Amino acid sequence: MSMGKNLFQKVWDAHTVRKLSNGETQLLIGTHLIHEVTSPQAFGMIRDLGLKVAYPHRTFATVDHIVPTDQRVQPFADPLADAMITELDNNCKEFGVTYFDIASGDQGIIHVVGPEQGITQPGTTIACGDSHTSTHGAFGAIAFGIGTTQIRDVLATQTMALSPMKVRRINVNGHLKPGVYAKDVILHIIRLWGVNGGTGFAYEYGGDVVDRFTMEERMTVCNMSIEGGARVGYVNPDETTFAYLKGRRYSPAEGEAWDKAVESWKSFASDADCSYDDVVNIKAEDIAPTVTWGINPGQAITIVDNIPTPESVSAEEKDITQEALDYMQLPAGEPIAGIPIDVAFIGSCTNGRLSDFIEAAEYLKGHKVASGIKALAVPGSQRVDVLCKEKGLDKIFEEAGFEWREAGCSMCLAMNPDKLIGQQLCASSSNRNFKGRQGSPTGRTILMSPVMVVAAAVTGKISDAREVFDVKELAEI
Amino acid sequence: MALEKITEVVGTGVFVPGDAIDTDRIIPARYMKCVTFDGLGEHLFYDVRKNEDGSDKEHPLNDSRYSDATILLSGDNFGCGSSREHAPQALYRYGFRGIVAESFAEIFFGNCTTLGIPCFCASKEEIARIASAVEADPTLAITMDVSAREIRFAGETVSITMRETAHSSLINGKWDAIGELLEAKEDVIAVSKELPYFAG
Ligand code: SF4
Repeated sequence: MSMGKNLFQKVWDAHTVRKLSNGETQLLIGTHLIHEVTSPQAFGMIRDLGLKVAYPHRTFATVDHIVPTDQRVQPFADPLADAMITELDNNCKEFGVTYFDIASGDQGIIHVVGPEQGITQPGTTIACGDSHTSTHGAFGAIAFGIGTTQIRDVLATQTMALSPMKVRRINVNGHLKPGVYAKDVILHIIRLWGVNGGTGFAYEYGGDVVDRFTMEERMTVCNMSIEGGARVGYVNPDETTFAYLKGRRYSPAEGEAWDKAVESWKSFASDADCSYDDVVNIKAEDIAPTVTWGINPGQAITIVDNIPTPESVSAEEKDITQEALDYMQLPAGEPIAGIPIDVAFIGSCTNGRLSDFIEAAEYLKGHKVASGIKALAVPGSQRVDVLCKEKGLDKIFEEAGFEWREAGCSMCLAMNPDKLIGQQLCASSSNRNFKGRQGSPTGRTILMSPVMVVAAAVTGKISDAREVFDVKELAEI
Repeated sequence: MALEKITEVVGTGVFVPGDAIDTDRIIPARYMKCVTFDGLGEHLFYDVRKNEDGSDKEHPLNDSRYSDATILLSGDNFGCGSSREHAPQALYRYGFRGIVAESFAEIFFGNCTTLGIPCFCASKEEIARIASAVEADPTLAITMDVSAREIRFAGETVSITMRETAHSSLINGKWDAIGELLEAKEDVIAVSKELPYFAG
């Protein structure tokens, strides 16, 4: 019998306030992140109930979803977007919430901002009205998306009602082949267990590949946990985590406070003798550059595969395969490589961080975006933007024919002016390929790593980046 | 806060077939540009119901025989994708009071329960059986009996599953947790004091 606990259990126990009458747990939410789309109604509700924000210093806000990425001065061309931003501004002022607005230089996608400010810390609970809150689990936090009524609950009480999850440990061991990235790892996982394989689970990612991953790579993996049905994804905190957090604005001050924090963070990591509800193992060598072909992130294949046919899949998958083929207008049974694209997008909370742009720029340098292709590079935050510019990455993208934009969710979803038109097909580094996700009701999305987006941009079609760029052998082996 | 005990939903049904119907489909993101939830109902399933010129596509919700339906029947992994409460809010405001599907995405399920919308899980075959009865007679009364965990229609009974906590919340009128959460102020202070990061 193992005696230890896993990180999920430890964090859960440390944040449990009490058991509620329906059997759920009242859980303390240490850190609450909010943005302009899902919070206004929640503020409205607490106002209607005559309540206040219980712990305003534990809530942090920014604007990301609707913010335009070109014209940044209010009023925005879209009066609804303008009203939503003004509403967030007013709510933060009224209730005393910290707000990283556009003028602050710290604005960006909430899941990029939290970590880079040092707000996201190990051993904490984090909630946000956004399903990709799982991103923050990369730091060893239990972080999950919530609905607006729960945002109200967290604002008013700093707690919410929740049932514990089971924990599935996912080991990724071995060495990733050249041209295979964190994005491919998570697309591979979702492909293996499907879009609801993780329902009821928190995913604990580990193994030597994950141990070697940078924080940004861990964030990419945790980010898409929700696309596999798992509301929470996390990595145990280690030296990589601590090194990342050191010196950030909201990190503990160096010296005694820092040392104590690191000690406490270490204590939350899963014990060696803990148990899991499920353990699965993945061989890194089995993972290839992966792309989606359908209308959910589980409908993925490797770049050398052919697009499935309704006959090639299991009986249960037949209908959704046909539905996806009809929507995507892709030739069943033919290679996915070679499908012409219209738009290339690098950005989002999955792949809009500094390392994504560094990696993409390395291959993009000296190439030109194929004619007729609209290509967008959108940093995940204003800080990412500054760091990229310091390295001259924006110039590399612009010289190649990309538009370099200001920070925001941009073309990940259809709430700002960056949208697909008609049936345009987009090679995208984002996380969702749902019907209509990128703004046109008939628009089509193919998800992939940033380097694969660059390959698609310069060839004008879905391409194997390893061939286009002659990807070199991995240095780390 | 006294809430209504939701022990049953009685109404007519409509079948919206398909698996993994995501929240972007239930309410396209561009209709989330709002600071209240009012008016979301009219954009429910917009992109699968309407052509780009605003005319109707073929969709069960555009079929006048089902215009009074309050019970939605669908497939597997209903409500996957984003955490947007706009999705259940749009369903509610459109008029739906209960949903029956093979399975639900977790955040969506929780959001529905919080709004007092029971979500029942039933097998594909059973849902097909109810759907064909509805197809044959769109005015057929369906009872989603939360207490008894069953669906009754045309003299038939289908048993369903539902997460225990949600079941208890609905039948005891505790589906909106705020009242109970507010009671524990002292406990919250005690727990937060044990967490060094919380003080900031
Ligand atoms: S980048 Fe996309 S997935 Fe991430 S928070 Fe923004 S809209 Fe959501």
